[in-house]
This record gives sequence, structure tokens and C-alpha cells, in this order.
Amino acid sequence: MTEAILFTDNLSRHYGGIAANSQVSITLRRGQLHAVLGPNGAGKTTLINLLSGDVAASHGSIRFGDQEISGFSAHRRSRIGIGRSYQKTNIFPSFTVFENTRLAAQSRQPRPFKIFSSALSYKEIVDTALSALERTGLSDRRDDVASTLSHGEQRQLEIAMVLATRPDVLLLDEPLAGMGSEESAQMVQLLKQLSPHHAILIVEHDMDAVFAIADVITVMVNGQVLEHGPPRQIRSSVAVQQAYLGHEDDP
Amino acid sequence: MQQIVSRLQLPLWLSLAVLAAFPLFELTFYTELLTKIMIMAIFAMSLDLLVGYTGLVSLGHAAFFGLAGYTLALIAPQYEAANLWLTLGVAILVSALAALVIGLFVLRTKGVYFIMVTLAFAQMFYFVFHDTDLGGGSDGLFLYFKPDAAIAGFKPFDLENTLHFYYFVLISLVVSYFLLCRILRSPFGHALVGIKTNEHRMQSLGYPVFYYKLASFAIGGSLAGFAGYLSACQYGFVNPEILSWHQSGSVLLMVILGGQGAFYGAAIGAFVFVLLQEFLSSLTKHWQLFMGVIIVLLVLYLPGGLRSIGPLLRASLLGKTANVKPPAGNDPPDIAQEESANDRSDSLH
Repeated sequence: MTEAILFTDNLSRHYGGIAANSQVSITLRRGQLHAVLGPNGAGKTTLINLLSGDVAASHGSIRFGDQEISGFSAHRRSRIGIGRSYQKTNIFPSFTVFENTRLAAQSRQPRPFKIFSSALSYKEIVDTALSALERTGLSDRRDDVASTLSHGEQRQLEIAMVLATRPDVLLLDEPLAGMGSEESAQMVQLLKQLSPHHAILIVEHDMDAVFAIADVITVMVNGQVLEHGPPRQIRSSVAVQQAYLGHEDDP
Repeated sequence: MQQIVSRLQLPLWLSLAVLAAFPLFELTFYTELLTKIMIMAIFAMSLDLLVGYTGLVSLGHAAFFGLAGYTLALIAPQYEAANLWLTLGVAILVSALAALVIGLFVLRTKGVYFIMVTLAFAQMFYFVFHDTDLGGGSDGLFLYFKPDAAIAGFKPFDLENTLHFYYFVLISLVVSYFLLCRILRSPFGHALVGIKTNEHRMQSLGYPVFYYKLASFAIGGSLAGFAGYLSACQYGFVNPEILSWHQSGSVLLMVILGGQGAFYGAAIGAFVFVLLQEFLSSLTKHWQLFMGVIIVLLVLYLPGGLRSIGPLLRASLLGKTANVKPPAGNDPPDIAQEESANDRSDSLH
């Protein structure tokens, strides 16, 4: 049995009368890649925002190990090991690729307010940043300014920054969106490599990729969990086909 | 590869040499004017840490400048010289504490609201000193003796001496500059620039952004206090004007004129601003009109500030495009430039 790291219990978020998430209960386990599918507006990004602390829950609980964390701020959740990437690329465009990841790695430095040492003198942080770049295939571009990267490369950088914080849980919001087929294949490969040591939650529209790599799939519609199970079960689920996959098959 | 003098370092060292040699010309009026300018340069650099590197546009920075000046005037004995080191320490501490406490409130706001609440806090201090007898009301307080630098009987220099005071301020300016550059190079400094560039992402990377901003605000406030202390020493009196919003506005203009996001830019801004002020006010009593026109023109045609003149000239001479981008909205502050101004050329990023 794999180790369960992050649980939600009846997690809900309302915006006025609209329930963006309603009574969502999921469990993320180390070694398991958990995909969330659903049509636009199903509440997938809201779920990630709730887990990462970008948005506060209206009801329900989030537990990390034995700890109730629904009251934690976003930076505190990041510090305990929940890392996230964004659907809309969210980097430091004017910094170099290296500085983007170095800054991410630096967030784990034990004494952050040492103000008279050089930022580049911390070997461990520099190494963490470099290895995150290597894993995401960005080593060649490390000295380039991030805004000059292609869209696909910026998506890779987005992931590299999350990895540099060395999280246990990865919350990835459409990591493959806007990537070319080669970059996409590389990213899928990376996700497979990461999967055994991390608990990964991924929101993704690329069905082929999702069914190829996911261990568990949750299908959401209108903020609620419609179906939950291994890919085989989801593929054959009548409810899912009606609600979601059916549309995909239409020409 | 060791670069001996970087492009930026040469003009900096030259300016330093000129400043160091200036008193040899024995132009007392200008020596005193330069002293004032260098004090304002320290003040402007302290604000640039907030505006140019942390993304905090404060319109109440004079509060910390003025508080330190008043602290000196209030704790100094009336009929003898105060101890420089003791009063300087206390004055900076008062400014630092005020910045910490005010920061706790104002840093909960952003953007235009931040500008407004910093202004409001500074005005509160202004009216406390203006309308109560605490600091002599609107007349202010006199300081009849400049602080005494003696340490256990040994007196390294005498601030009553114009030259000594000039060099004390010059050294203070240089030390402040290198201190700020040093802070900028630290992990803390890099995090500040990250916050200016993308605060939301810093938060999700695990940075307690609020405390970083608070630390930056307190460092900026302390340094402003240092400048305010020196200013009170120079003039021998303090009045509420040193905490007024004109003062906060002037120092913000210095930062913008010089080019935010580089400490030497703030210093250039202070020099040009005060010199213009002196020059124009000697020509006409309507000098503020001309000052305003000049500022508008500079901002329109040199959005990167005066510090971008060098690179722009070089570029037009060489027929290339300038490598200094005008700061449009979220401009990238020059960590790289500021670092090369320091001693390293092996920068990894």
C-alpha cells in the first residue's frame, strides 16, 4: 500500500451562490499519479488553488499527513512540501532561467535573513537549481532571460521551479498545455520519473497523455466528483462518457 | 576571468575621486551644498531599496528621516555637545522601530493604497510635531552643538569643522552604498527583487513575503533615519518641514529622476535635484514652475532616469540599441549592474 500524503474531506468552495468545488474528497498517495479530468468550469483549477492555499476553502478539511492545513497560508503549504505549477505561466520574466530556479531553491534556505552573504555562494541551493534545470531539459538555456524562452520552454521552467522547492506533493495545472509534441513527450517522461517518489496531482486536457501515465483518475463536473478510479474503469464508465468523453469523440 | 574595472565602476570611482578632492578648492559654500546633497543621496538610496527593489512606492519616507532628526534634537543636552555614537545609535533605532511598527500596518495594503497610507502615517508624525509642544511646535528645535565624536577621550574628528563634517558624510555615503549593494547580492536581496517582479509566485514558492517586505521597509527606514540625523547635525535645527510630505515627494522624485532600481541612480537623482533647485531658485522666485517643467520633460524623454543617459549615448555613438530598457511598469531592477558595481564579475546568473 502506498503512503497517503494529502487528503481532502468534503472540500467546498463557493463564490456567491456558485459552488466551484462541492464536497470533493480525494486522497493523494506517494508513488501515484492522480489525474483530474473534466470539462471547462468543472472546478479543476479551483481544486488545485484550494490545495495550494491560493484560495481559502469555504467548508471541509485538507490534511497533510496528520496535520490539518486548511488554515495554512500559501507560503506555509509550500514550505511543508506542497508545490504547484500554474496553468498560465507564472515565472519571473526578467530574470535568467537559472535565477528563476535558484530563487525557488533558495526558499528552502534555513536562514533567509542573512543579509551580508552572497546569494550565489550557497552551493547546495545552486546545485538544486541546476539539477531541476537538467531534469526539465533546460540546462542549455540557463543563462537566457526567461522572457526570451519559447512558450513550451516557459512551461518547462514552470515545472523546474516547482521541482527546485523539493516538494513531496506536486500539483500541476495543465503542464502540457501549449507544448510541442517533442517537449510534451519529454514532460511525460519526466512525470513518469517523478511519480515513484512524489504524490502528483495533474490537471490535463491531453487525454492520450493522461490515460498513458495516470494511476488514478478523478472526473469532475460542475464542481463535483463524478467518477473516481483507475483509467480502465474511467474509460468504460457510462456516466463519464455521457458527461465528458462523449463530447471529445464528436468531430 | 577578472575584470579589473567594469564599465560602471569607472564613473563611480571617478565621481568618488572628485567628491574626495572637492574641498581642496576651498569653496566653502559649495562644500556645504555638496554635504547636503550627499545626505540627500543617502536618503534617496534608502528609498530606492523600497521603490526600486521591493516594489514599495512609499510617499511617507520623510517620517523616518525626520524622526531621527527630532530624536537627536530631543535627546541632545542643551548646553553641551551630545555623544555622536550614542545619539546616532538611538536615532537610527527610533527610525527602525517606527518603520517596523508602521510597516506592520501599511504593508497590508498594495499599490495606490500603500501610497496613501504611508502618506497618512507621515502626516500624522508631521502634525504631532507641528501641533504639540513635544518638539517645539512649528518653530522646531535648535541644536546648538554638533555631536562630539570622542570615544573614551580620543577625538578622531570634529563635526564642528566643515571639512571634517564633509568627509564624515562622504564616508557615510560610500559605506551606505556598499552596504546596500551587499544586501542586494544576498539571498535576502534576491528575494526582494523576486517580490517586486512577481509577488504571487514568491508566495507560492514558500516565501513569507510579508516579513521580507517588513525587513526591507525597516532597513530603508533606518537608513533614512541615518540621513535625517546627519541633516539635523548639519543645519543645527529641526522643524516639522523635515517630516512633511514635500520632503517625501522630493526624495521620491530624486529616485525617479535618477532612475529607480540602481542605488547610484538614486544618488545621481539627489545631485541633480538639489543642484537644479539651487540654481533655479537663484534665478527666479517662480523656480518651482521651471523645476516642474524640467521634471516632466525628463520623465517623458528619459523614462529610465538620468542613469540611462550613459548607455543611451554609448548606444547612439556605436549605432546599437541601448541595453538599458526604460522601466515601463514592472521593470527589471538591475541586480546584475549593481553587482558588477561591486567587486565580482563571476556572477552565475
